[in-house]
Amino acid sequence: MRLGILLGQRRGGPGRPLHWTDIAAYAYLALGVVLMFGPVVWLVLSSFKTQSALLEFPPSLLPVAQVEVTVSGQPQKLPLFRTTLPDGTVRELAQVRRIGLLAQMVDPADPSKQFRVAIDKREPVRRVALATENYTEPLQRFAFIRFLFNSVFVTVVATLITLLINSMAAYALAIYAFPGKQAATLAVIGTLMIPMTIILVPVYLVVTELGLSNSLWAVILPGAATPTGVFLLRQYMLTLPKDLIEAARMDKASEWQIYWRIVMPLTLPALAVLSIFSIMWRWNEFLWPLAVLTKTEVYTLQIGLNAFQGELQTQWHYLLAMTVVTLAPVALVFVFLQRFITTGIGSTGMK
Amino acid sequence: MSDTPSAARLQPGSAATALARVAVLPVDLALRLFDPPMRWLQRAIGVRRMAYVFLLPNFAFFGLFVFLPIGINIVFSVTGGAALFPSERPYVGSNQFAYLFDCGSFLDPASCREDHFWRGVANTAKFVVFQVTAMVLFSLITALVLNMKIRGRGFFRAVFFFPVLLSPVVVALIWKWILQRDGLLNAAITTLGGQKILFFVDPSWAMFWAVFVSVWAHMGFYTLILLAGLQAIPADLYEAAEMDATPRWRVLTRITLPLLWPNMIVVIVLALIKGAQTFDEVFVLTGGGPGTATLMVVQYIYETGFASQVQNFGLAAAASVVLGLVLFILTLLQFAAARRKEI
Repeated sequence: MRLGILLGQRRGGPGRPLHWTDIAAYAYLALGVVLMFGPVVWLVLSSFKTQSALLEFPPSLLPVAQVEVTVSGQPQKLPLFRTTLPDGTVRELAQVRRIGLLAQMVDPADPSKQFRVAIDKREPVRRVALATENYTEPLQRFAFIRFLFNSVFVTVVATLITLLINSMAAYALAIYAFPGKQAATLAVIGTLMIPMTIILVPVYLVVTELGLSNSLWAVILPGAATPTGVFLLRQYMLTLPKDLIEAARMDKASEWQIYWRIVMPLTLPALAVLSIFSIMWRWNEFLWPLAVLTKTEVYTLQIGLNAFQGELQTQWHYLLAMTVVTLAPVALVFVFLQRFITTGIGSTGMK
Repeated sequence: MSDTPSAARLQPGSAATALARVAVLPVDLALRLFDPPMRWLQRAIGVRRMAYVFLLPNFAFFGLFVFLPIGINIVFSVTGGAALFPSERPYVGSNQFAYLFDCGSFLDPASCREDHFWRGVANTAKFVVFQVTAMVLFSLITALVLNMKIRGRGFFRAVFFFPVLLSPVVVALIWKWILQRDGLLNAAITTLGGQKILFFVDPSWAMFWAVFVSVWAHMGFYTLILLAGLQAIPADLYEAAEMDATPRWRVLTRITLPLLWPNMIVVIVLALIKGAQTFDEVFVLTGGGPGTATLMVVQYIYETGFASQVQNFGLAAAASVVLGLVLFILTLLQFAAARRKEI
């Protein structure tokens, strides 16, 4: 019924008949929402399940856990079951112990009453429960905080360096006329064509010779000068009025002041796009850190997560929670800055 | 960026102004700190040569981490031994390449001396063919649907786009969790009466999911490029078609697709370039397995150079020179396509 209203109120207006392609389009979009969002929702739901709930097959949709109660006279918490007694009544009882096919049950409200029940006569009482320990325990048990800090450090420092040196180069290429300008622009295009994948070994040599191996700078520096960034900023700076710069020169402003005080503030929209790109690149970077970082102390989140998935195959509850933590910042950036990102990619054709 | 005038946003004395002042502090400090030496430089070399000063930092980085490495890569590929420093490596000429290309038949990786490299080549080729086809097809359909007059277009665009921003490790783990033995998909299959499938034990399934996950993760990017192309098609063409009561499929085949063709070429070539470098998602998802069924060229380079017991930098460099040449040809194709687009 609601779908009918939705379909009826298309932008085409109420007068237009509904073509079959419209229905096919909505069906496609509905399928798309399930296929694109579903896996992420499933990840988040699963990350709140206890280890035993994760081992269940078929899995339950929501994170549920068996209720446990404290019964006076019992040292440990006891699992609660909905039990069908021999006389046909159904009661919620706690299990004290299980002997073969029989379970010894106790009434939590009245611990003096004990029952012996066949185990197929009871069903666990389960409620929605978020296993937040999946999130808190890895923080204490593994170097997870360290990885998080490393990733934040790499992302922030690398983005600041990228913004500074890229904007300086873009300023030179956009504002000045100088011998070698053509060659410099071509060189930028050239670096655009050389992905990290094909110079892995020699960059490793350079980084080692600089004494940076196994430090976060080994991850930060090699990718700091991005050809994409120079291009993006140069294109934007070319649209700035030249008179402004001439006027500033008349007023005896130094070139550095013109760059820093006049051109940079006017380039803010392009700088914003570049910083979003850079944050995305750095937070998600994988192959290069994987090759260059071999000590656990300097692992970034992505590398730590990959190492965990090798070691913790049986501990999905930690792995899923850490995946959610790794995903969260990017999700937040996306929710708030979606428009910037899509126009950025739309106008440059790069990511 | 915003259509609210800045004066309306920054009222004097407001918290936002105070915050803006604090944010400006380091910026102002940088200005004061760098200005005297830069001013001195400017006086010494003149205004026009300041361009080189501004270019210097960025190009120093390019030189150190891009141009120099290209040279060293070639040196590495023609030298042998286990040393990292080039001067300690003996010259071996084209031996590394000869070793890589020592094959009984190029169509059969098992007949090659370095069979892992050729498995990587064969797998990457297979992967690229399926992935690019699926990518172009689905991003085209998605772009066409998103270009229709539908409600909530922004929302749907975001839905298809957001996986682009996820890290490859996260993407791979999300799907690994769904596809594992007791995962969601197997639960669905058994509920429908089927048998559990061990997706990562069967080579064909592993390749299928490698392609699927890669398309899932990157489709949004290509959709966006095609959508931009679709929106650039003049609206009066469609209006004229509507006047003539042209059937929809005819509008699609006679107006939309021909005018979108330049963007399609860009998408195909970009997908080829990215596809040939596939590593992250597939590596985390399948580890290259089962056996070597989803081992890609980049994984071969990484493992030969960094992850194996005996690090063979020379062989890894030679393989990356080969990959570099392939990418170079593809990039030339891209430029050719871009030029055609401008005409």
